[in-house]
Amino acid sequence: MTLHDLEKSFQAKIDAEIKIEPKDWMPDAYRKTNLRQISQHAHSEIVGMLPEGNWITRAPSLKRKAILIAKVQDEAGHGLYLYAAAETLGTSREQMIDDLHSGKAKYSSIFNYPTLTWADMGAVGWLVDGAAILNQVMLCRTSYGPYARAMVRICKEESFHQRQGFDALLVLSKGTPEQKAMCQDAINRWWWPSLMMFGPKDSESTNSDQSMKWKIKRKTNDELRQHFVDMIAEQIKLLGMTLPDPDLKWNAEKMHYDFGEINWEEFWNVVKGNGPCNKQRLEARNKAHQEGEWVREAALAYAAKKAERLQKRVA
Amino acid sequence: MSISKLDFLKFQADSSHILSQRNAELCAHGPILEQDIAITNITLDLLGQARNFYQYAATLSGDPVVTEDSLAYLRNEREYKNLLLVELPAADWSYTVLRQLFYSVYQYLVFEQLEKSTDLQIAAIATKSLKETTYHIKWSSEWVIRLGDGTEESHSRIKKALVDYWPYTGELFIPAPYETETLLGFDLSALKYGWLKQISAVFEEAKLSIPENIFMQTGGKTGVHTEHLGFLLAEMQHLQRSHPGAIW
Repeated sequence: MTLHDLEKSFQAKIDAEIKIEPKDWMPDAYRKTNLRQISQHAHSEIVGMLPEGNWITRAPSLKRKAILIAKVQDEAGHGLYLYAAAETLGTSREQMIDDLHSGKAKYSSIFNYPTLTWADMGAVGWLVDGAAILNQVMLCRTSYGPYARAMVRICKEESFHQRQGFDALLVLSKGTPEQKAMCQDAINRWWWPSLMMFGPKDSESTNSDQSMKWKIKRKTNDELRQHFVDMIAEQIKLLGMTLPDPDLKWNAEKMHYDFGEINWEEFWNVVKGNGPCNKQRLEARNKAHQEGEWVREAALAYAAKKAERLQKRVA
Repeated sequence: MSISKLDFLKFQADSSHILSQRNAELCAHGPILEQDIAITNITLDLLGQARNFYQYAATLSGDPVVTEDSLAYLRNEREYKNLLLVELPAADWSYTVLRQLFYSVYQYLVFEQLEKSTDLQIAAIATKSLKETTYHIKWSSEWVIRLGDGTEESHSRIKKALVDYWPYTGELFIPAPYETETLLGFDLSALKYGWLKQISAVFEEAKLSIPENIFMQTGGKTGVHTEHLGFLLAEMQHLQRSHPGAIW
């Protein structure tokens, strides 16, 4: 088969909704795009543990503490499935983690914002996980089999995360004046960064067309963002809070909410490493990795000794 | 309700709670992803055990103002009864796994007795906790062995952890006024031999030895703590303290 034939039969499979599996032939660019996206997603889960982990030791009740710990632990689990899915494309987890630590690989910019008050735990769950879910629900049908299957498991847990985030804010919204203010302040700070999570506008997005054709993505950045705005603009009414956008209003003609312009300068700055916590997040990951090095070495050394002893016994 | 039983419940709750708080510091900072998940599991189990004891203590107190959260968040350094061992910071992974082994084996032996308690609620908590504790012992034993018999560096690190933590193990089996044989239904001090036996078995494989003639620190059970506890509580309790009466 010529390269052209291979590409043709590959696209035919995608068009027929047949999943691409690790051993199937695939264009290099498809492999690279998936690897980049899945590993970025895995890194986002792992780096995403930090802003929430920040509040575990200060959680205000035993129940909230248990929920928060379980949630951060879920994210570690998601990172594991995703690294495993990415490894099927031929790059080791170790290599991916090295790329994260060296700054070569990216992760979701949202985690470069700080979690300043307890209400941020609610806002991150409701808005950040809420935005992530829309993307992830779409990815349950992505064309690469291992990624799609990992996403099915992840989505189940993520929808629980979003609900607990909303529930935490709901309690604050009915609480003391200080709690209400804390709730509104967290929403104000997380709203715009959450909208940025869907990425650049379709007109500016470099990877979008090909990814749509390969069904890696099935909805555009702008479609997903609009869906998110429509959903949150309704849910916020239940909290009795407001979104920090004077241009937000229902458009009966389009049957969607109109909303204001995103600060793209801020978006690109955070992507480039100038967000409030880019440096701290990478430092924290590097520190944990470096401090764990002797532990990993000891585990390997012990496993080798054990295997050797077993071999001697058998011989 | 007898003060002694309440004190014993608070002591059990406080010890598991404070250890879960210490272990939780590692969540998102573990040496490898799988172990980050494992230590977080243990953290959640300990927190669950603490909540069971706090909730039961709150019920028995007969005071509607007392809840699991008021017991956890509104008591001061001198009121907390946890073992000194669990409040100490862990300098590295070897401290974390060694302390877990010491505490989990201790818990197992105590829960085995409490399972026979005539107080059915305590017996039920013990039964549930024993299952979890069995896994904690397996996990921590494996790590102590791996580090003890791993590399030169891991061996010297866990040896240092042993030197630092051992003086805090004596307290485990010295009965507090609320732990007499009459009150508990068993002799706490007698459990020490079983504990030493289990720890020695792990140490043998880990190429470690039990330190001898070490002066033992005490006081946690009666509320006389190390300087570390105040900071831990300040961090943990700050939201409850700065928003009195708020619901979270």
